[in-house]
Amino acid sequence: MSAEAMPGKRLPQEDTGVHRVEGAISVVLRVGVLLSVGVIAVGLGLMFAHHPGYGSFTGHFSYHRLTSPSTTFPHTLTQLGSSLSKGNGRGIVVVGVLLLIATPVVRVAVSVLAFVLERDPAMTAVTLVVLGVLVLSFVLGGQLG
Amino acid sequence: MGAVTPLDLVLSLAAVSVLAGVLGSLVGLGGGVVVVPVLTLLYHVDIRLAIGASIVSVIATSSGAAAAYVRDRMCNLRAGMFLEIATTIGALSGAFLTTLLPARALFVVFAVVLGYSAFATFRKRHAAAVLTTSNDRIANALQLHGSYYDLAEGREIAYKVVGTKLGLSVMYVAGLVSALLGIGSGALKVPAMDLAMHLPMKVSTATSNFMIGVTAAASAGVYFARGQIDPVIAAPVAVGVLCGSLVGSRVLGRITSSTVRWVFVVVLTVICVEMLQRGITG
Repeated sequence: MSAEAMPGKRLPQEDTGVHRVEGAISVVLRVGVLLSVGVIAVGLGLMFAHHPGYGSFTGHFSYHRLTSPSTTFPHTLTQLGSSLSKGNGRGIVVVGVLLLIATPVVRVAVSVLAFVLERDPAMTAVTLVVLGVLVLSFVLGGQLG
Repeated sequence: MGAVTPLDLVLSLAAVSVLAGVLGSLVGLGGGVVVVPVLTLLYHVDIRLAIGASIVSVIATSSGAAAAYVRDRMCNLRAGMFLEIATTIGALSGAFLTTLLPARALFVVFAVVLGYSAFATFRKRHAAAVLTTSNDRIANALQLHGSYYDLAEGREIAYKVVGTKLGLSVMYVAGLVSALLGIGSGALKVPAMDLAMHLPMKVSTATSNFMIGVTAAASAGVYFARGQIDPVIAAPVAVGVLCGSLVGSRVLGRITSSTVRWVFVVVLTVICVEMLQRGITG
């Protein structure tokens, strides 16, 4: 994080509305990213711990079995639940990936709130429409799959 | 091929993804450009799973890079959020049209569009001038104009935005094709902002980065439900791309706009050829 410490980088900036919105969005993105990377790393670790054959030292288990069209992994919430209850590493990775996918959605939701607090009705409406379309896409997407 | 274990796959894929993240965050495309061909050609992964991984890489680049771009005021937040209306609606409609439209013809059409944008961006490679006035009613009403501090030039650059209607239309198409073809929509978003709306090049790629995560999230639900997001592939891609995007987002401020344009033109040309090849040979 050395870039922040660069001298003479910023103009003296007034703490106007849009800068507070920027701050909130930046925090949401950073938290989402760190959280999902952490969860994915734990899941990966568990997966390799449960399957010693996946490592390069103990056998020749080809990765193709895990990446072919016929491979199985949780892709509904029910499957995810059962995978997690077995302490399955792959299920935990999926949770991390879902956190990653949720990050932009949360970012939009937070910007709606931020614009409401800044009393900016036009941008509140804009962000609300985006949030609505996103929510709709997840609802419809769930039925489509 | 039996010698390549899942561990080798995860480690090598993570390394490639770091590169994808650096490149993607610089040009606002999201890393799918690198991830999809590497997965299909090098690892022989099924194209459906490669596209799922690409969506994950787009979201990872977007969130990782945008955290820095938003804080550094490189993104035009208001313009980005305004244009997201069009990209998310485009992505949603694309997810439902995907079985109706002939994908191969789309690849060819898209390749031609990208070829043209690469050419138009190339022609504009020396232009650094920004607009100081705008009579675009939407841009004025929503105050979409902005300014950013350019580290390479060492000064604050204020700019005005025009062409919001054309921008919105291109953004709709960008969302549509990203859902239809599973490619990063940044390839159309950057030219829409750079060429049609006259945002500075760096602001265009930073804002594209900010937006592509939301566009991708709009179709990610469908991809997940269809079982296209394989955790064994998605995990190294997500982690690698995120690390790369943190590096790329630190580089963008320091290089000149014309360098960014050059890199963008090269990447766009590569995607154009890739799309043509997929359209012609299937």
